[in-house]
Amino acid sequence: MFEHYLSLAVKAIFVENMALAFFLGMCTFLAISKKMEAAIGLGIAVVVVQTLTVPVNNLIYNGLLREGALAWAGLPNVDLSFLGLITYIGVIAAIVQIMEMVLDKYVPALYNALGVFLPLITVNCAIMGASLFMVERDYTFGESVVYGFGAGAGWALAILALAGIREKLKYSDVPEGLQGLGITFITVGLMSLGFMSFSGISL
Amino acid sequence: MSEVTARQVLLEPILNNNPIALQILGICSALAVTSQLSVTLVMAISVTLVTACSSFAVSLIRKQIPSSIRIIAQMTIIASMVIVVDQVLRAYAYEISKQLSVFVGLIITNCIVMGRAEAFAMKNGPILSFLDGIGNGMGYSAMLICLAIIRELFGSGKLLGYTILPLVKNGGWYVPNGLLLLPPSAFFLIGLLIWALRSWKKEQKEAGEFKLAAHKVKEAF
Repeated sequence: MFEHYLSLAVKAIFVENMALAFFLGMCTFLAISKKMEAAIGLGIAVVVVQTLTVPVNNLIYNGLLREGALAWAGLPNVDLSFLGLITYIGVIAAIVQIMEMVLDKYVPALYNALGVFLPLITVNCAIMGASLFMVERDYTFGESVVYGFGAGAGWALAILALAGIREKLKYSDVPEGLQGLGITFITVGLMSLGFMSFSGISL
Repeated sequence: MSEVTARQVLLEPILNNNPIALQILGICSALAVTSQLSVTLVMAISVTLVTACSSFAVSLIRKQIPSSIRIIAQMTIIASMVIVVDQVLRAYAYEISKQLSVFVGLIITNCIVMGRAEAFAMKNGPILSFLDGIGNGMGYSAMLICLAIIRELFGSGKLLGYTILPLVKNGGWYVPNGLLLLPPSAFFLIGLLIWALRSWKKEQKEAGEFKLAAHKVKEAF
C-alpha cells in the first residue's frame, strides 16, 4: 500500500512532471522565474494549493458529479459530469481565496512572503490540469492527496531549477534577438529533454 | 476612423503583437497539442471561438460587473463557453477530443482568454471586443499551425495524415526526425520562431539586463 503511494508520488514529481512533461503552468513558469526568491515563494504556494484542491475536487467529483453519484438524493440516473470544468475552477478560486484569508490572519509572515503569487495561482493551468488528470485517471481519495502533492512538488522543482539557470544566464552573451524570452524557451526545452530520461522508468 | 481601428484590432495580434511570441500568453496548451496538424486545427478553432465569444459576453455586461468580483464573473463566462466547446467536440469529433484529453478543459485557464477579457473587453464595446478575440485567437492559431506543420511534416513525413515525404521504412527516401515528435522540440521551435520574428521586427527585442564590457587589453597583462 505504502509502496503504491510512493511510486505514485515519484511518478507525479519526475516522470510526469507538470511543467516539463505536460507543459502546464507555462505562463507563470516563464514569467516568474527571473528571480530565485520569487520562484521559491510561488513554488511553495503551488504545492500547498495543489495538495488542497486535488483532494477536494476528488470528493466533489465522486460525491456529486459522477454518473450515479447522486443516488443518495434519489436521483440515480443523473450525470452531472459536464459541470466538472466550471466546478473545479470555482473550487480552486474559492480555496485560493480562503487560503489567502487564513494565511493573512494566522501566518502573516508566510502571507507576506507569498504576496501577489497567491491570487495568480487561480489561473495557473498546472492546478486545473492536476484536477482534470485526477478525474481522467479515476484516482481514489488517498491517491488524489498523494498525486496533488506530487504534482505540486514537481512543478516547484522545475521552477526552482529554471530560476537558478536563469540567474546564471544573465551574465552570458546571448545573441540579440534571442535575449529574454527566446533563450528561456530553449533552456526549458533542454531541461525538458533532460526530464524525458525519467520517462523510461516504469513504476 | 472606427473602420481603421477594427482592422487594427483584428490584424495587429497576428504578427506585431502575437500573444505567444510577445505577450507570453497561452503557452501552456500550445506545446502539448502541436504534434499533429489535425488536432492542432481543432484546438486553434476552439480557442479562437472561446476567446471571441467570451470577450463579447464580458464586454456586454462590463458595466454591470462590480470590479471586486470581476475575475470570478469572467471565469464563469469562460468556463461556460469551454463546456459548450467540450460537449460539441465529444459529440462530433470524439477521436480528436480523446487526443486533446485535458487540454480542452485547460482553455479555461488559458491566459489568452482571461488576458483579453481583462485587458480589452472590460474597456471596449462588444463588437470591437469580439474582433479582438478573433484577432488574438488567430495570432495564437498562426503560431500553433506553424509549429504543427513543422513537427508533423518533418517528424512523421505526413500532413493531416497524408504522406508528403515518403518514409524510408515504407520504401521512400525520407528519414524522419523523431525528436520533432517529442514534446521538448516544441520549445526549441518556439524559441527559434521568436528569434526569427524578433530579428525581422526589431522593435520587439528585449533589452539585455547586462551589457558585456568591451575587452580591455591593458588589464589582461
